[in-house]
Amino acid sequence: MEVTKNTANPQEPAYVQFEGFSKEESQELSKAGVLIGTLEQVKAWARSNSLWPLTFATACCGIEMMGTGAAHYDLDRFGIIFRASPRQADCIIIAGTITKKMAPILKRLYDQMPEPKWVVAMGSCATAGGPYVRAYSVVKGADQIIPVDVYIPGCPPSPPALIYGLNKLQEKIRLEAKGKKVR
Amino acid sequence: MAIRTEELLMNIGPQHPSTHGVLRVVVKVDGEIIVDAEPVVGYLHRGTEKLAEDLQYTQIIPYTDRLDYLASMINNHAIVGAVEKAMDLEVPERAEHLRVIVAELQRIASHLVFFGTYLLDLGAMSPFLYVFAEREKIIDLFNRLCGARLTFNYMRVGGVKWDTPEGWVEEAKQFVQHLKKQMDMYHELVTGNEIFLNRVKGIGKFDTETAINFAMSGINLRSTGFNWDLRKNKPYSIYDRFDFDVVVGENGDCYDRYMCHLKEIEQSLRIVEQALDQIPEGPVMGKVPKILRVPAGEYYSAVEGARGELGVYIVSEGKDKPYRLKFRRPSFVNLQLLPKLLVGQSMSNLIAILGAVDIVLGEVDA
Repeated sequence: MEVTKNTANPQEPAYVQFEGFSKEESQELSKAGVLIGTLEQVKAWARSNSLWPLTFATACCGIEMMGTGAAHYDLDRFGIIFRASPRQADCIIIAGTITKKMAPILKRLYDQMPEPKWVVAMGSCATAGGPYVRAYSVVKGADQIIPVDVYIPGCPPSPPALIYGLNKLQEKIRLEAKGKKVR
Repeated sequence: MAIRTEELLMNIGPQHPSTHGVLRVVVKVDGEIIVDAEPVVGYLHRGTEKLAEDLQYTQIIPYTDRLDYLASMINNHAIVGAVEKAMDLEVPERAEHLRVIVAELQRIASHLVFFGTYLLDLGAMSPFLYVFAEREKIIDLFNRLCGARLTFNYMRVGGVKWDTPEGWVEEAKQFVQHLKKQMDMYHELVTGNEIFLNRVKGIGKFDTETAINFAMSGINLRSTGFNWDLRKNKPYSIYDRFDFDVVVGENGDCYDRYMCHLKEIEQSLRIVEQALDQIPEGPVMGKVPKILRVPAGEYYSAVEGARGELGVYIVSEGKDKPYRLKFRRPSFVNLQLLPKLLVGQSMSNLIAILGAVDIVLGEVDA
């Protein structure tokens, strides 16, 4: 929902232009403090603000993920609270290298998560194999196993980068509810 | 009439927050009591040693960062120390001091993470938040020094890559004073807690003989009362110039290992303090050839890592790349005693014992 402001007449209060409503109707609704959206949009708004990721820390990125969740960067303020069970998780942050031995377990964890679910590939190992791309035992990117929504580059990404990536995921959830295609 | 019981096979991990990564433990339980336990490793095997065979010595350094990712600086120290020893290279004084400072700060950071995660495993959430705030300060110091937060790639064969930025030494001194005060608070908050003591005292006990037979090192060995620290017994770098005590335990139980970690932080702070006071001016990089060629032969060199003796074994054919590179990874060696420790314990003690052995899976699997 976007707030419309009349730049020609600054005296007129800002309002939200709702789809299928005239300008006057929208202004009246905004004045009364009423918001109108589809159920999908409201659900997406709620989901994006209570993302519960699964603690899936395989390697170094996991330490940065822990650091982001701890006191200094505090992921809780975005409603992001780590869960230990895939049954309770909305999204999975793949933090670290996925080896060929680990790949079936990643797939299984993904299958165990309830819909709707999202995947964040954190760091260059989960994105494309990273520094271990030439190793015999490493999967060249988590997207070879499960679909990935957001890729975060870095080895490992700094906590601000992880927060930015998670904010992008929240944005994606909200935009998709509006029927927009997000790549 | 006796109640019929049967053994149950349980699978812990590889995705389990208390296994500190991707360790899998297959335990056979009879009710609450563990009858048999088998750790399964290899979920993070990335083939570092094989990759190193195709890399020049300088290119191997960033891979060592990712072995024991809680103590990257010490891993850097191990590999550059081994190459320097093999090539007989001189390192400038300032670089040696910087190495000791960052290695000890890294040891503090690593032990702090142990402290936080161990208590998290035992059910106390807040220490984790406290120590990560402290660790963030160390990481900030490192970040200013070399621009990275976790995988530093700071040391080079013949010295270190960057000199300190302006005011860094003063900031580090302030941090040392700050952490000294914090340590008293941690002891006050956690060490005397009765619930905590009941969870760790007398749990996971082993004696010196067992530890030596299993080639254990580091805190796991010292907690049994055996005084063995490579920084004292086989001084490398410039550790012989500093005044510090080797922390030893008595009983070799989880409580002793916990106390050794905390006391070692205090000793490391002493070393950092002395090194910061003594640090001389001068270059940080010695004279080294552009392409490093280790003379043909076999070389072993070890440093006291955060988890034990971290050794690097180089087999060279005189080329710029090693023929074979072997890391003696303390976490992997220390883990071998785990099945013996777990038998006869209850399931809830599994987490306490596993946590106190203090493993990092990046190092176990390499």
